[in-house]
Amino acid sequence: MIEAAQSTGNPVLNTAVFGLFVALTLFLVFKVSTRNSSTSDYYAAGGRFTGAQNGIALSGDFLSAASFLGIAGAIAVNGYDGFLYSIGFLVAWLVNLLLIAELVRNTGRFTMGDVISFRMRQRPVRAAAATSTLVISFFYMLAQMAGAGGLVALLLGVHGKGGQAIVIMIVGLVMIFYVLVGGMQGTTWVQIVKASMLIVCVVLMTVFLLGKFGFSISALLDGAAEHNPKGDKVLTPGALYGKNGISKLDFVSLSLALILGAAGLPHVLMRFYTVPNAGQARRSVVWAVGSMSVFYLATLVIGYGASALVGADVIANSTGKENSAAPLLAFEIGGPLLLGVVAAVAFATILAVVAGLTITASASFAHDVYANIIKKGNADAPSEVRVARLTAVVVGALSIIGGIMANGQNVAFLVALAFAFAASANLSTLLYSLFWKRFNTTGTLWAMYTGLGSCLLLVIFSPVVSGKSTSIFPAASFDIFPLSNPGIVSIPVSFIAGFLGTLLSKDQGDQARQKEMEVRSLTGIGA
Amino acid sequence: MTEVARPLPRASVPPVPLTGMGADARHAAGPDYSAIVDSEAFTALRKRFRRYVFPMTALFLAWYLTYVLLAAYAPGFMGVRLTGSVTIGLVLGVLQFVSTIAITWGYVRYARRAIDPQVAQIRQEAGVDRP
Repeated sequence: MIEAAQSTGNPVLNTAVFGLFVALTLFLVFKVSTRNSSTSDYYAAGGRFTGAQNGIALSGDFLSAASFLGIAGAIAVNGYDGFLYSIGFLVAWLVNLLLIAELVRNTGRFTMGDVISFRMRQRPVRAAAATSTLVISFFYMLAQMAGAGGLVALLLGVHGKGGQAIVIMIVGLVMIFYVLVGGMQGTTWVQIVKASMLIVCVVLMTVFLLGKFGFSISALLDGAAEHNPKGDKVLTPGALYGKNGISKLDFVSLSLALILGAAGLPHVLMRFYTVPNAGQARRSVVWAVGSMSVFYLATLVIGYGASALVGADVIANSTGKENSAAPLLAFEIGGPLLLGVVAAVAFATILAVVAGLTITASASFAHDVYANIIKKGNADAPSEVRVARLTAVVVGALSIIGGIMANGQNVAFLVALAFAFAASANLSTLLYSLFWKRFNTTGTLWAMYTGLGSCLLLVIFSPVVSGKSTSIFPAASFDIFPLSNPGIVSIPVSFIAGFLGTLLSKDQGDQARQKEMEVRSLTGIGA
Repeated sequence: MTEVARPLPRASVPPVPLTGMGADARHAAGPDYSAIVDSEAFTALRKRFRRYVFPMTALFLAWYLTYVLLAAYAPGFMGVRLTGSVTIGLVLGVLQFVSTIAITWGYVRYARRAIDPQVAQIRQEAGVDRP
């Protein structure tokens, strides 16, 4: 049984269910793609989505394959420490709810750059915002695409690198098609379909598992501990991060990046423009919090359930390692059909998340760089949309190439790194520009570039890049910075740089625009 | 949690009227932001908004960091079994979910009662929305 699931499950069935998803979403994309000529349609779906729809789409953007397969697997193999990710990812939404969502919706139109450049000098700040958006989106995307290769091997039985490259390319092409034809409207519908499938799927598995253990959490936990070589340790923190002082500090650093990063992710911020007003933006976050609470609690049960029913050893030694926990569990409890569904959901997840990232990157380039820096705000809508579509093709092509090159590399850290970048470069500038009157252009640039730069430098000199058997360059060793996640240093550095840059510059800022931004962000007047 | 999240009683927060805005502010090409920002109504709105979101942010960040530090540096405590194999760590983790949902619910309630009417008042008097 398990042998069969480990190698392939039933590739034909897996492909068929996935094909069904693609067909359904393509139909939707075509159906909604009638109006995509204006910038507002292409970037923000004309602001026509409801809070509930956008909330589900937000969770679709946020629940990447790393969340679904990665966290369930981490809980199955390492127990409690996997759960710590879930909590960080969820609590992070409070930053969005209280400080970001409504104000960003009121202030900007299409991109993060709209908000932070609102009362600053346009060109340098937009350039910084676009740089940060592109860097973050690219890292995030690379992580998704690189994971696709492993998933192909696990679920479709394609083990050769050449075959995997072809599948990655097909996934990439379908994604580009969604973005080109559907714009934000189509991409949002893809997210809604995918997020609904994902949540229904994990809830059904969870109810089944709980039933199997007589609705006793304690029995489930005992089962998980019994079938894990780590035993009772899976019920307490420490199995993954508890080794020594450095690993504990690394965990604290990661936690900071997770909780402060979500509100700075450009593709999450851009979602707030697809609803008509701040009230609906608030509702979006409420729906996102609701659906993600359900999802992450379900992953806890699925993770421990996979350990109890499949066995942590079997998972750790299977083709996809930790990532195969959820698929193997699906096979165990529902046979090839359920495995097919889980496989399709996992693929759909990669497809949808990459589509969301692509549209964000293309919007930032077309709106911030082309329309506002190159054309100085005088670009006409059709040519701006044309540039956005062209950028989407380039970004999509880059993600395919990057995905093929990174296939098989250890790139799981890239997601956590994207969060660290977002927390360091974007959150500080967003909060300062929304809440601190005195903040000015110099402060913005200092905060952004110091945040991005310190993050990048610390990662280059961390064990992620060199010095360990798991590093990208295991043979070299220039790992002077001991932590894998730079957040604990780079986040404060960015905040301090923004503060100092502001005070040390003579720039008093544009008072009129500052007042306008303050009124607009809180009341929506002028939005 | 609910104690902190409890909004002001309905009666105590009638919208503060917008003062200091000339009639021309309503009919000029754009709203007079400078007048709005200094108006009593807007100052009251900003105060109500910040009075809720800043302490609440501090609260959930502190509670999350406490949890993270306990998980990192006090695994023994987190491993204490409460009932069956359910540990303190697991209960605290689930409580993070509970507090997140409670704060979300509390904010939505507060915003509906104390913020939204005030925003509507300011928008109306600025001539953006019809009465």
